[in-house]
Amino acid sequence: MADVAEARRRDTTLMGMYLFLASEIMLFGGLFAVALALRLLHPQDVVAASRRLHYGVGAANTVVLLTSSLAVALAVAAAEMGKAKGTVAGLLAAAGLGVGFLALKAVEYGMEIRERLLPAFTPADAFESPAAHLFLDLYLIATALHAVHVTVGVGLLAGLAWRVRRSGLPLPRGATGVEVVGLYWHLVDVIWVFLYPVLYLVR
Amino acid sequence: MNRLLTFWGGQASHHAHQVDTLFLGLAALAVLLSAPVFILIPWFAVKYRRGKPADRAHAANRSVWLEVSWAAIPFLATLAFYVWSTRLYIDLYQPPAEALAINAVGKQWMWKFQHPGGQAEINELHVPSGRPVVVTLASQDVIHSLFVPALRLKQDVVPGRYTRLWFTADTPGSYALVCAQFCGADHAVMGGRLVVQTPADYARWLEGMGTDGSLAAQGAVLFRTRGCSGCHGAASTVHAPPLEGLYGRPVPLADGNVVTADDQYLRDSILLPQAQVAAGYPAVMPTFQNVLGEDDVLKLIAYIKSLADARPPAGGRHD
Amino acid sequence: MTDEVSYLEHGHSLKSWLLTTDHKRIAILYFLSITFFFFVGGAAAALIRIDLLTPEADLMSNEGYNRAFTLHGVIMVWFFLIPSIPNTFGNFLVPLMIGARDLAFPRLNLLSWYIYMLGGLFTLAVLVLGGVDTGWTFYTPLSSMFANGNVILAATAIFVVGFSSILTGLNFIVTVHRLRCPGMTWGRLPLFVWSIYATSLILVLATPVLSITLVLIAAERLFGVGVFNPALGGDPLLYQHLFWFYSHPAVYIMVLPALGVISELVSTAARKPVFGYRFVAGSSIAIAIIGFLVWGHHMFVAGQSMYASAVFSFLSLAVAVPSGIKVYNWTATLYKGHIALDPPFLFAMSFIGLFVVGGMTGLILAMLAVDVHVHDTYFVIAHFHYIMVGGTVSAYFGALHYWWPKMMGRWLPLVWGRLSAIFIFLGFNLTFFPQFILGYLGMPRRYHVYPAEFQTLHVLSSAGASVLGLAYLLPFTYLLYSLRHGEKAPPNPWGATGLEWTVPSPPPQHNFHELPTVDGPPYQYPMEMGNEGEAAHG
Ligand code: HEA
Ligand code: HEA
Ligand code: HEC
Ligand code: CUA
Ligand SMILES: [Cu+2]
Repeated sequence: MADVAEARRRDTTLMGMYLFLASEIMLFGGLFAVALALRLLHPQDVVAASRRLHYGVGAANTVVLLTSSLAVALAVAAAEMGKAKGTVAGLLAAAGLGVGFLALKAVEYGMEIRERLLPAFTPADAFESPAAHLFLDLYLIATALHAVHVTVGVGLLAGLAWRVRRSGLPLPRGATGVEVVGLYWHLVDVIWVFLYPVLYLVR
Repeated sequence: MNRLLTFWGGQASHHAHQVDTLFLGLAALAVLLSAPVFILIPWFAVKYRRGKPADRAHAANRSVWLEVSWAAIPFLATLAFYVWSTRLYIDLYQPPAEALAINAVGKQWMWKFQHPGGQAEINELHVPSGRPVVVTLASQDVIHSLFVPALRLKQDVVPGRYTRLWFTADTPGSYALVCAQFCGADHAVMGGRLVVQTPADYARWLEGMGTDGSLAAQGAVLFRTRGCSGCHGAASTVHAPPLEGLYGRPVPLADGNVVTADDQYLRDSILLPQAQVAAGYPAVMPTFQNVLGEDDVLKLIAYIKSLADARPPAGGRHD
Repeated sequence: MTDEVSYLEHGHSLKSWLLTTDHKRIAILYFLSITFFFFVGGAAAALIRIDLLTPEADLMSNEGYNRAFTLHGVIMVWFFLIPSIPNTFGNFLVPLMIGARDLAFPRLNLLSWYIYMLGGLFTLAVLVLGGVDTGWTFYTPLSSMFANGNVILAATAIFVVGFSSILTGLNFIVTVHRLRCPGMTWGRLPLFVWSIYATSLILVLATPVLSITLVLIAAERLFGVGVFNPALGGDPLLYQHLFWFYSHPAVYIMVLPALGVISELVSTAARKPVFGYRFVAGSSIAIAIIGFLVWGHHMFVAGQSMYASAVFSFLSLAVAVPSGIKVYNWTATLYKGHIALDPPFLFAMSFIGLFVVGGMTGLILAMLAVDVHVHDTYFVIAHFHYIMVGGTVSAYFGALHYWWPKMMGRWLPLVWGRLSAIFIFLGFNLTFFPQFILGYLGMPRRYHVYPAEFQTLHVLSSAGASVLGLAYLLPFTYLLYSLRHGEKAPPNPWGATGLEWTVPSPPPQHNFHELPTVDGPPYQYPMEMGNEGEAAHG
């Protein structure tokens, strides 16, 4: 009886989260629309500019995020089985990888600043073409916005780990919470999986 | 409605007449389609007033065929008007070839007009009656919109791209010409007059206007003074394409695409040279964004157009 | 059951209000804050109308006037009309109507209100710091590179309030899916719930696009990191596409809830089930969906391709059909009804009339050749005020009169109600009908300096606005009065159907003693009970 109510509450919460994710997708959808438009307006310059980006670093970051998603998935599984330790481990691993992602991103920005690729840190005349400037503007905005999402995600994961640890969140009843945060993290990951080709590999 | 119109605006073109007819037709349709609502609701409100005896026997509360019919009939009715108005609209995108070409530049908060002969005017546009006129619109800063109520015409003026507006004004007179797109502080006073004159008067007016050479001639001067000729001139040592015979021709680009050298292309070549680099040439042309105003660019384009039929010098293009 | 303490009595401390998670109390919080912003926006409108009395610029400078209508538009759209019906009546009624104790996420609901207030504070900050001068449409490059008002702050305000919209919409969708009481199938939902559901879909899916667009403007303005900058080969039209991709669906956010309200009012007034329930319910969803496909009709002269224009024009005609279905169905509902001319119904009638005029002129605007002439003229201004003010605001007041006894437990003075409905209707038409003529004659919008020929019509319009303004003040006076002196309202003062009328007025804190079960379609009026309605009316 009680767990029936529990299950309904879980479905309700998840549904709410899915809707929120839908709105997040529309948010980035706007950016993808812009990317498409720039690509159609200035095919060559966009490709040229995207060639200058460090797709190696980007690829590395993709791997990092995918692994973190795996960690989160494991955490969720552990949570449903009521294994606090496993849950905490998974969450912390994911959070750690998230931090790693941000670190890599920071390094990448640094390189781009030195190579006079990053708008806002580079005089307008330093770009090889105006359209390249436009594209890199988009690159900066998109990746920065995504980084903000990663940061939020890391905060959520860490906070959750902490609560499970201090058993402020008894498992498996609290598993829903883990699941919700997990969903958010997966989305952050998926968005990157789309951003990466659109920004780095538009050849 | 038409009488009302004459106190401002008036009808200065055949197109204006057509739009008014279309509008009146639409107004009639709107009345027709809303009549059931406006008549029946008050009528029912009285007839079936609560407590008032009336035959209320077997009142239906659903009927699919009713639903379908009042979904379909109005829609089909509007479709007829859709075809009509879309036809009119598409005409606006097909200026006749022989149309008199005038340039307009919108900038906060004034209109500059250039006639082919080089006559320039501000916030006033003189055109001959009975002759198609096509206005090429450029913006120096934000989006403006050239709106002449008497012509029932309006076209946004978008920075970075040329838009066009064409019309044949047939009734001489002076009509309001305003900016319809909000463009900042003095948007409300960014206006002037459209002066439609008989061809004779227009010719006389052109005479009266002092001008230092035709638009193309002024362009030629800029071409020298701004240093274009330094690279594009026959004598130049820089490896730059000759601009003779360029206009209207296909241009192979460095990236393999081929574009036609229309006004927009010429403009971009001057203000965003890196955007489309002509094949076989180094991308050394500097941008002239901070040097040339849109009006200068239009003059240069007029000049380059005037070279359309000239033969490229020996050597020709390298592509 | 009546001995149960009502949600109003349940705690009187300020804290008990500011920390409540009761959807009914949150509805009241919204009602108060939204009313406040309505008067701020109204004050701006008053300034506009006063300035337009004369052809010259006397009351305000050009800058001042631009700031006035920008603030008017921003406040009225994002801080009054969009949240108006959903966040007040939606909040109060959806759980009651579907037989639930609250929304799915009560705490989130309270959070949305705080977010709304935060956004509101930003807007007031904009106002205090001298306003913003871009128009509510924030077109680039004007907004991103040229305007000198507080664009960033205004964008932030709208960005923030957007989150409130998203969370509210999300809350409604989940609630309708998960918390319907036993027997409350989709086919038995009150039509108001259907329209709130459709609205919420748009809120969740369209609002984020506006958010990102505002982010892009802010980035360009703050750091010169811009994707629209024409000097770099960027495209100002790209901005317009993004903005209208949100803002056209947003106009249906502003009207769908009203359409839902009217279905309720009409059915109650006629003592009959709404004609063609399925079609009326379905048309809400149809409007929500097709509404996403017509944004380009705002850009017919902006320089978009003529083929795009032709398509958008066609789709704009298609989106009119479901609206038509609703209007004609309401008419059919009244046929052979038992119609009581109570204030709610008078408001409903004026809604229908004004919405039809507004909608029909929308149809005319959708016709390409005509729009080329009337785009950005007062014809457009009149069009959308007919729908948004004549339509939605009338529906808002209709809802206010209809559910006031339920919300406050007090009966309202019917005579005054009827009077204000009539005054608002007359004042409104006097204000905005002349603007159709002005527009077709070529009076551009966002002008406060205009040719003298137009003065007569402008004076008429301003005169109407003062009538309208006072008429809007009227209800607030007698509704406040009724709080003290109005007689206690019975649970079902209008003799209506629907679960919200089965509970006492005002409803107890947890709505239902035990959750109700529903065993039939909505709007089941026994045909013969027609006449005893007067009994309830005193
Ligand atoms: C609540 C707000 C709201 C609503 C519901 C609508 C509804 C509609 N609007 Fe409107 N509109 C605005 C708010 C709204 N609009 C605003 C704010 C602007 C200006 C923005 C700005 O620039 O600042 C605008 C501008 C605007 C334009 C651009 C004008 C311009 O700038 O040049 C167009 C053009 O197509 C348009 C069309 C329509 C259409 C076709 C509908 C349709 O949905 C109407 C459907 C309703 C009916 C048709 C009436 C009832 C139907 C019948 C009685 C049945 C018979 C009819 C048929 C079936 C054909 N609107
Ligand atoms: C969405 C809701 C909404 C509402 C409810 C209104 C309500 C009103 N609007 Fe507004 N309006 C818009 C949305 C709305 N408007 C939008 C989006 C624009 C476009 C902005 C832009 O171009 O960017 C616009 C633009 C607009 C213009 C065009 C300005 C221009 O282009 O130059 C005008 C001109 O008449 C106008 C008038 C009015 C009037 C008279 C009311 C009346 O209904 C208001 C009546 C209410 C009151 C008057 C309040 C009552 C209280 C009092 C009277 C006391 C107030 C205090 C003092 C007087 C000090 N509006
Ligand atoms: C520094 C030398 C230089 C100067 C100065 C210069 N150009 Fe060029 N221009 C070039 C070169 C090189 C190209 C071919 C590569 C390219 O398209 O960018 C070119 C291309 C063009 C084209 C495109 C021609 C084609 O065949 O595609 C036009 C039009 C043009 N220039 C006009 C001008 C005008 C007008 C000016 C003066 C306002 C000007 N140029 C000044 C070097 C120059
Ligand atoms: Cu230029 Cu308005
Ligand atoms: Cu629209």
